[in-house]
Amino acid sequence: MDVTTHDVLLVGGGGAGLRAAIAVSELNPNLKIAVVSKVYPMRSHTVSAEGGAAGVIKSDDSLDEHAYDTISGGDWLCDQDAVEAFVNEAPQELLQLEHWGCPWSRQDDGHIAVRPFGGMKKMRTWFAADKTGFHMLHTLFQTTMKYNSIFRYDEWFVTKLLVDDGRVQGVVAIELMSGKIQAITAKSVILCAGGCGRVFPFTTNASIKTGDGMGLAYRAGAPLKDMEFIQYHPTGLPFTGILITEAARAEGGYLVNKDGYRYLQDYNLGTPTAKPVLRSMELGPRDRLSQAFVKEQEKGRTIDGPYGPVVHLDLRHLGEKLINAKLPFVRELCTKYQNVDPVHELIPVRPVIHYMMGGVSTDINGATPLPGLFAAGEVACVSINGANRLGSNSLPELLVFGARAGKAAAEFASSAKPISNSILAQAFDEQRRIENQFLRNTTGRERTSTIREEMQQTMETSAGIYRTESSLAAGAKTLRHLQERSDNLALDDHSLTFNTDLVAALELSFMLDVAESMVQSALQRTESRGAHQRTDFPKRNDEKFLAHSVVFRAADGRPRVEYLPVRITRWPPGERVYGQPAQKASAS
Amino acid sequence: MADTIKLEISRYSPETDAAPHFQSFEVPFRRDWVVLDALNYIKDKQDGSLTYRWSCRMGICGSCGMLVNGEPKLTCATFLADYAPASIRVEPLRNFPIVRDLVIAMNDFMRKFQKMKPWLIRKEEKPVSEGEYLQTPEQLDAYKQFSMCINCMLCYAACPVYGLDPLFAGPAAIALAQRYNLDSRDQGAKDRFPVLSQHDAIWGCTFVGECTRVCPKHVDPAGAIQQYKLTAALDWVKSVVMPWGGK
Repeated sequence: MDVTTHDVLLVGGGGAGLRAAIAVSELNPNLKIAVVSKVYPMRSHTVSAEGGAAGVIKSDDSLDEHAYDTISGGDWLCDQDAVEAFVNEAPQELLQLEHWGCPWSRQDDGHIAVRPFGGMKKMRTWFAADKTGFHMLHTLFQTTMKYNSIFRYDEWFVTKLLVDDGRVQGVVAIELMSGKIQAITAKSVILCAGGCGRVFPFTTNASIKTGDGMGLAYRAGAPLKDMEFIQYHPTGLPFTGILITEAARAEGGYLVNKDGYRYLQDYNLGTPTAKPVLRSMELGPRDRLSQAFVKEQEKGRTIDGPYGPVVHLDLRHLGEKLINAKLPFVRELCTKYQNVDPVHELIPVRPVIHYMMGGVSTDINGATPLPGLFAAGEVACVSINGANRLGSNSLPELLVFGARAGKAAAEFASSAKPISNSILAQAFDEQRRIENQFLRNTTGRERTSTIREEMQQTMETSAGIYRTESSLAAGAKTLRHLQERSDNLALDDHSLTFNTDLVAALELSFMLDVAESMVQSALQRTESRGAHQRTDFPKRNDEKFLAHSVVFRAADGRPRVEYLPVRITRWPPGERVYGQPAQKASAS
Repeated sequence: MADTIKLEISRYSPETDAAPHFQSFEVPFRRDWVVLDALNYIKDKQDGSLTYRWSCRMGICGSCGMLVNGEPKLTCATFLADYAPASIRVEPLRNFPIVRDLVIAMNDFMRKFQKMKPWLIRKEEKPVSEGEYLQTPEQLDAYKQFSMCINCMLCYAACPVYGLDPLFAGPAAIALAQRYNLDSRDQGAKDRFPVLSQHDAIWGCTFVGECTRVCPKHVDPAGAIQQYKLTAALDWVKSVVMPWGGK
């Protein structure tokens, strides 16, 4: 078996991974860095982020206000020391990206322009029209090309973390082009592999978002945190799940029901005004807006569409000029994929799975409890997002914590002991497992796509916007059964060259683990908080659950949940207030 | 209209095939399905060995470029309804080596792209603590179009010159070099000049304009190339007339 050796290895080449790679290079140019990604880095899902990236830069704003919006938006489940570090470092990270060439939208005087965003009390969201993630990712990727110490493994799929002597020392990966399976060793490993929206049937997430990084960590013994907190974005296009960015509402779009009524006013989100008001109505947080949709549906005030009920996003009053200048991608997506021109027509939308607040448990420097293993970006849970992430916090998160994890992993690698000789035996075992279980297995009977569809339906039914004990318990049981069936997969493709059938089977196994961790965490959290809403426990319960769920994989493969206290620094738990009272509070 | 539609898909495995061949599949015809949905249907329900790249399904990741009835297209944005009831032919992008089925090798582009030094070059870096480099909306507009490239490779598949001369840098790589050359914050045009002004890099382009026609993001690589040819020619004149440096 081939073995290659590096100092710091990144799994994933999206925004967090590339930022981490640059951080390692800048800290110590002598460290050999590997970026292992199952797609060419510029295909990573950061590319799809639209609306913007929050960072305090204007004189009427303050770090404390960004921290408060984030913590209250997260229903007090955020670790406040992490949030303070985040809001403090976000502006300089965004500026750093500007210095690397990111084409941020500008004011007439040449300074950075900002826009309003959901749940944010001040305008602090930097944007590059409505292709912010695309421009950030391409800027980062193009910038990494100037560092000779960064070596890329493009289109390699990581199947396992190599752990020996109590620390992570590398990975086993498949080169898709050739089918070669090999060990890539490193003194420290950073997971930057993104989230796992694909465990649900209807998602904004790309096909590559299959929880590989979460699954890798979980199987290696590192715990996952707050996995029950799953964000529905309120405005996805029906059928495709394509995201219509929150920026559409920040620029002044309305959400209306079948009567043309701005229904959010009925859900404690303020009163409608012609111009958008911060932290009010359409600029409320995503969890509350998605929940309001379900209530509207129950009242029979949604519109029936071919793919289920929808409400309408109305941008017509914004006019063609503003839409073309600020929301060109929204117009392109609507006309191309929905056959609707938002300049003249209403856009049908419904809530859609968008983001995992939970992930691999890390400290404020991206370190997991497993030595040598770090994580940053959506795959990780630091946690700055708590029970509900605010729009435009995830892009700065991957910069701030990508850079932090890069520095911490570089320091770890600089003082780590040499790689153990014994990990090669593990790598051989993994190679044999892949060959025997998948490539040479001719007795399997189950189709990957069938089990994947059943898993996705199970997740929607059991762990959607509203959950109950019975829905979750049934979901947990079905997932266990699907796990057993997935041991018996039959591949159509037994060849070595670019075997995407094999990749899909391996992705499914990661998704099933992640799905089980989500359902078990949701089952045991008998309260409602942020994006986790239990109709049988409708109230927040700080006495018992001002705590992170930390889920470990037990020896039999089942999830085992423990709890960790939330770190509170300056903002004691309070009520989440949106709409007019919030403005009064901010004025006082 | 019929409730199914036929796709003829190019299949090739280097492990078993001497050359690509077509295989027919019948899939449900749905008005809101794109070609990529049909491929996913085949992979999930009929033949899991069908091999292609895809990811975002919203025209921004650049993964799913293929030939649809001979035209380079993003299959996530190409509707079955635009071809029905006739059958649809799906092939890998032309001008590239085929890895398998609809997957092409794009390492040649990645190498040429990096040679263009596609990053912001400054003689002196301003510390981040001193804030942003100012850039007016007009200055942003000067290069913005070229920054929209998603590296989908449709322009390479459409380019007759790239097909004949593998040394040609190609439309996207040149457009992306221009993206930095035209950025008011960049001072690296001279560093990029040696690569760009090589015979094969830009002068091979005969301005057929196919790259611009097929670009799904309206980047206009042909415009970038013509613009650069003019810059390069003027620089050459300057270097002859004013050898002490005209800049």
